[in-house]
Amino acid sequence: MKSSAGGFGTQWFLKMSTDKQDTLLKMSILTIAAILSFSTRLFSVLRFESVIHEFDPYFNYRSTRFLTEEGFYNFHNWFDDRAWYPLGRIIGGTIYPGLMLTSAILYHLAWFLNITIEIRNVCVFLAPLFSSLTVMVTYQLTKELKDAGAGLIAGAMIAIVPGYISRSVAGSYDNEGIAIFCMLLTYMLWIKAVKTGSVFWASLCALAYFYMVSSWGGYVFLINLIPLHVLALMLTGRFSHRIYVAYSTVYCLGTILSMQISFVGFQPVQSSEHMAALGVFGLCQIHTFVDYVRSKLTGEQFNLLFKSIVLLFGSVGTLAVAIATALGKISPWTGRFYSLLDPSYAKNNIPIIASVSEHQPTTWSSFYFDLQLLVFMFPAGLYFCFKKLTDSNIFIIMYGVTSIYFAGVMVRLMLVLAPVMCILSAIGVSGVLSTYMKNIEAPNKKDKKPKRADLTYPLKHEIATGVVFMMTAFLVTYTFHCTWVTSEAYSSPSIVLSARAGDGGRIIFDDFREAYYWLRHNTAEDAKVMSWWDYGYQITAMANRTILVDNNTWNNTHISRVGQAMSSTEDKAYEIMRELDVNYVLVIFGGLTGYSSDDINKFLWMVRIGGSTDRGAHIKEHDYYTPQGEFRVDKDGSPILLNCLMYKMCYYRFGQVYTEQNKPTGYDRVRNAEIGNKDFELDVLEEAYTTEHWLLISDQCLCISFATYRTGKHAKSFATNSSLHRLPGCRRHLQQNKVNDNQQEENHNEDHGPAARKKSCSVVYSTPDNTNSHGGVDRQVLMPKPFIIQLADSADHLHSEPIAPHVLAVAAWVKLMK
Amino acid sequence: MSEKLTNVISKFYDEYYNSTPKRLKIVDAYLFYVFLTGVFQFLYCALVGTFPFNSFLSGFISTVGSFVIGVCLRLQVNPQNKTDFTGISPERAFADFVFANLVLHLVVINFIG
Repeated sequence: MKSSAGGFGTQWFLKMSTDKQDTLLKMSILTIAAILSFSTRLFSVLRFESVIHEFDPYFNYRSTRFLTEEGFYNFHNWFDDRAWYPLGRIIGGTIYPGLMLTSAILYHLAWFLNITIEIRNVCVFLAPLFSSLTVMVTYQLTKELKDAGAGLIAGAMIAIVPGYISRSVAGSYDNEGIAIFCMLLTYMLWIKAVKTGSVFWASLCALAYFYMVSSWGGYVFLINLIPLHVLALMLTGRFSHRIYVAYSTVYCLGTILSMQISFVGFQPVQSSEHMAALGVFGLCQIHTFVDYVRSKLTGEQFNLLFKSIVLLFGSVGTLAVAIATALGKISPWTGRFYSLLDPSYAKNNIPIIASVSEHQPTTWSSFYFDLQLLVFMFPAGLYFCFKKLTDSNIFIIMYGVTSIYFAGVMVRLMLVLAPVMCILSAIGVSGVLSTYMKNIEAPNKKDKKPKRADLTYPLKHEIATGVVFMMTAFLVTYTFHCTWVTSEAYSSPSIVLSARAGDGGRIIFDDFREAYYWLRHNTAEDAKVMSWWDYGYQITAMANRTILVDNNTWNNTHISRVGQAMSSTEDKAYEIMRELDVNYVLVIFGGLTGYSSDDINKFLWMVRIGGSTDRGAHIKEHDYYTPQGEFRVDKDGSPILLNCLMYKMCYYRFGQVYTEQNKPTGYDRVRNAEIGNKDFELDVLEEAYTTEHWLLISDQCLCISFATYRTGKHAKSFATNSSLHRLPGCRRHLQQNKVNDNQQEENHNEDHGPAARKKSCSVVYSTPDNTNSHGGVDRQVLMPKPFIIQLADSADHLHSEPIAPHVLAVAAWVKLMK
Repeated sequence: MSEKLTNVISKFYDEYYNSTPKRLKIVDAYLFYVFLTGVFQFLYCALVGTFPFNSFLSGFISTVGSFVIGVCLRLQVNPQNKTDFTGISPERAFADFVFANLVLHLVVINFIG
């Protein structure tokens, strides 16, 4: 960095003109902010390795790999027969390809420059890279809105704001990672276009909008916000030719550009979400035309003409809209749109939306958790904007107000709120500081004037100093808070779990990948795996096996069928599984270890979604509750629950296992109950594999156990791992284990605080994401021996850190913003 | 009332004819041509249908876009609007016009199928 030039460096710095100093200072602050934003997102890479996180990123990663290997045209026409068996999925036409294309281009560029980077690393580091670019764009945007000082603060703030980091840590390879950059770029160019009234900037804005559309479904917010801004300008009488030029160009070019994305298709001219933009476009034309005519005529003449024209066009327009709606040309209001306006809509009507915890309303605490200081400085920023109202300030006000509403409706939209919070807070902070800084400087200047003339109120200097110190202290705490949140809550890949041992060491549980690799290496190439949809993307990406349902949740009946299989009795489920041609079933069970977002806790959603279609009408939610309306797995639990397939798979042979001191066998550590149905055999399924580190992990009271079951009566016996039998032997290690203090959650969506989105307070470690060769062997090499010894030593004071519930469900996206 | 209306319209026409610079009239002629094309397309789709919807859309958006960008050019070169567009000379406005048309029609060609 330039500032490291040291003692003699300051001399040349002082020699420069003020302008140059100013530029240099800005440049270095901005560079430092950009580097900071990159490096603060690397916690997970440093603690583990460069690995893709969570669920959706695995799909994106897989498609990116496909794109780089097969080329764009094959990617565009890609029909994926590994997912949604037997339906398959047309991938090329059902995704936003911006993310994959971006990383493929970067990849090819790097190779062209002889930088032999692996595609996985491109994917892992893409989000941090784009967050650095976001810093630059935010600076520019805020500079357009207020001044360079506010821009610098906004850049520094957005570099570390947790609400944005939560989606853009290294490895979190998802659409949002680049979409925020695109969004802010579009806004920046829009403001530029509005300020200058230039077609050039407006065209660039349309191109940026195209990039945004290609990368995220959230573009709908953008195409409604910009018209809203124009409308507000019209209502306040600020509409000018500049606005006309900017909006008309952006709308025309943007609309046709957005239709180039095959997933978007003709929606921009058909669906109701885009109609506001079209309407405002029409209004713009009329407004400008009317203005033009008015300028040529006298008032009276104009009024006459105006009346006749309004009458004519009003009736024609109403008729046209009525006909289009009647003929179904304007598609009906979609459920997701309703759910934005009415938070309870989705919950009551669409279980598959309601089951995802990031579609829940945001709690107050998570506002503070994700934004901290910004929550308080936001109104101040609004005040400063209102104080000096301009066209562009109105835009940021509209953006702030609408996004705070949407963030309140849905947790995940916090992401859209975070940038505007940064910008408005920066305007607030900058406003406060520049007001009071002046008062501090005053006494320092040569006392030519008598001091008293300055003083409009007593202790001016002292108060100013106090305010500046206070502001500095706030900013410092903001920094600490952000770093802490990033490190503790948002930097764990959730594909690898970890706990902290009593001595502070880290213990890693890699059962997810273990199970996937087992599937990859021990099952037939064309085996079909049934699991709940949360794990779909991961299974296809890591195990490379065909699955029935995945996180793309586009076909409700298919998911419902899987839900029915899981919640039926063994015989009924067997029929369904034959019908679906299932070879293996994969369930995630955390009862042994206290991992609470396992399939039993998600089970009620399987029941609900299973019962939501005609074929599953016999599955009723209340059958799975006790008469008192509780969801229990112990003796009092509903007999239907105790005999359904999911229960049996999860608790198979669990009845013989001691999990905790002073408790009977079969004690479920998540539900804190002794299971009600202990001795049963599986008739139509056979246990194929349960994850390898059961023994090791059980020492830590924190693991997931995977059970992969093979269906079919003549199933060949896959060597069942003997670790299960060794379990009782390890009881002595369990003596001091504390009960895992996970909250028992009935549904996997109950907790929708920030912790729900990523698990908190866990330390993680993982082995290389070595998907193309002998993963099992790798893991054995990497699971270090000293680690085991350390376990034995510290077994007496081991305890597990809580893992926030529902990590998995939370990360599962529904299509809305993809 | 209808007499009055025609009266107003003829007055408007006179006003336009006398006070508009020639340069703007050329742009207006272009705009009028584009407008007619748009009307023609609309009638065609109303009578025949929009079957290859992408082709229809790209054609129609092409006319709407050309029209709008033409209007932008007209606004920017109009000397009366000088205060609105500081720093945009007529030459710059024309270059912008070409740029936007280039973007628009590249996309249209891609989309027309």
